[in-house]
Amino acid sequence: MTSRTLPLLLTALIVFCFGLAAWLQPRFQQLGWSDDFFGNLFDDSRSIFANSAFVTADEYYHSGYYPTIFDNNEAFATPHMAEDTGAVASRNQGNETGFMGPPRDWIDAFGRHFIPNRHTHLDEGGPTDDLSKSSEVREILPWLKLSAELDPEDVRTFTVTAFWLRTKLNQTSEAEQVLHEGLRYNPGNPQLLFELGRIYFESYHNVSQARSVWEAALRTWRAEAPDEPLSERLKLTNENFDNRFIFEQLQTNLAKLEESTGNLNAAIARWQQAEFASPNPGEIQKHIDKLKSESTRPS
Amino acid sequence: MNQIFAVAGIVIKELYRRKDFYVLFIVTVLICLVMGSVNIYNNPDIIRYDKAICLLLIWISSLVIAITATARQIPAEREQRTLLPLLAKPLSRTQLILGKFLGCWMACGLTLLCFYMFFGALAATREHEWPLLGYLQAISMHWAALGVVISLTLLGSLVFAAPSSNATICFVIVGGILFVGRYLDIVALSLHEPWRSGLYGIYYVIPHLEFFDMRKLIIHDWPLISWEYIGLAILYAVGYMAVFLAGACLVFRKKAVN
Repeated sequence: MTSRTLPLLLTALIVFCFGLAAWLQPRFQQLGWSDDFFGNLFDDSRSIFANSAFVTADEYYHSGYYPTIFDNNEAFATPHMAEDTGAVASRNQGNETGFMGPPRDWIDAFGRHFIPNRHTHLDEGGPTDDLSKSSEVREILPWLKLSAELDPEDVRTFTVTAFWLRTKLNQTSEAEQVLHEGLRYNPGNPQLLFELGRIYFESYHNVSQARSVWEAALRTWRAEAPDEPLSERLKLTNENFDNRFIFEQLQTNLAKLEESTGNLNAAIARWQQAEFASPNPGEIQKHIDKLKSESTRPS
Repeated sequence: MNQIFAVAGIVIKELYRRKDFYVLFIVTVLICLVMGSVNIYNNPDIIRYDKAICLLLIWISSLVIAITATARQIPAEREQRTLLPLLAKPLSRTQLILGKFLGCWMACGLTLLCFYMFFGALAATREHEWPLLGYLQAISMHWAALGVVISLTLLGSLVFAAPSSNATICFVIVGGILFVGRYLDIVALSLHEPWRSGLYGIYYVIPHLEFFDMRKLIIHDWPLISWEYIGLAILYAVGYMAVFLAGACLVFRKKAVN
């Protein structure tokens, strides 16, 4: 091999690689391959990995105290970090503090000294119970980001991320960006719009924008099943669980918004709608009666 | 005792001449630094995911170093025909086994020290604190677990024909214990006899290496474990080391050296 052979070979190799890439690129596009790295790598299985990352975030929320597949995880069916946002309906049952049960034998009893063995939440100070450390809830964010990148069609990842950024980390603009990113993949999604409305109402105190976002959420919620009557959609069944929850949340928050602006008649109308979907209609009725008496009282 | 230390010294020198540790250490450092540089919603203080990755890599690296280094000790002496001259000197077979064990264990201790110093520095950059006692507990428990793994591998190197098969079997056993060792009794409940009793037997016989995995406590900044339990766990590990080393000495005593 002469001294010129190696550079020539390298040049030929580079030209070949460039040509191959240029030849393959349009063919991959024809096959439907996108620029989405995780999408190409995992295809349909990415939602499984995304869910795994979401559960890992919840494990971090509990500082490692979390059931495995061998433990009773009824109390963790809905991740607590999502449940605590108020934007996700809870399906949890059972004892969250003692999912391990009593020690099975001396090996199990001894082993429990070397693993996290107490139920705590990061926003409540974690293992130190120091409330001044509640911002450590930020530690769940890498896993939520990974989950969102793996499966951007899972809206709960965006709502949970936005909630914690807004409430505990005071990063409202980042929270808003996260929700807009979610809406890019899930246009008009009621849950994302609900959370966005909360930012406008609770953080920016922008009533008109919050109202328009929540009303838009209600419109898309209705458009999801336009032929189905409201009474059917809000029937007390397991299948309707999420539907009822988001409808009630939207109507309740709109009612509170109208109350805050002194528009009591509109508030009463919203509360009456919320009553349809609420598991405690009696409580709402009492509140409606109170508002009615206030609105008829001479000023 | 001097003979044991002399053999151990040679093993340590051999280990730091090899590239295994340097490669694994540099890979760990690079991966952790790259992962740590990711911007997560403009939160520069997020660190636990990086601590988790770093500790996972430390555990994997330490197990790779411990098992591969130990598995080749006696077979290499036999292949290079240095075993016979070694034993011809005033060195008993038991002393050779103990020297090899001590050398591998000390070398692993040194590598752990380097890894945990990097881990401590990495965590301190974001957490701005240095929980030294917590790290001391983690490193001592980790080292005790490696002692059990090294003694098991040393016994395996006298039982199995080739270092590769021994290393593979040791990786499977250690990995299995770390992943499901804690739950074998629950799995046993779902089986029929005689498998149930067999699995229960395995559950009580195996060294429960998962006791020594304190990663979750370190990652999530849990308070210190009582030193009493650390002491008991180390005694538990020493017990298993003694059993495996006694087994190795017994097997080696009956083994032809050439």
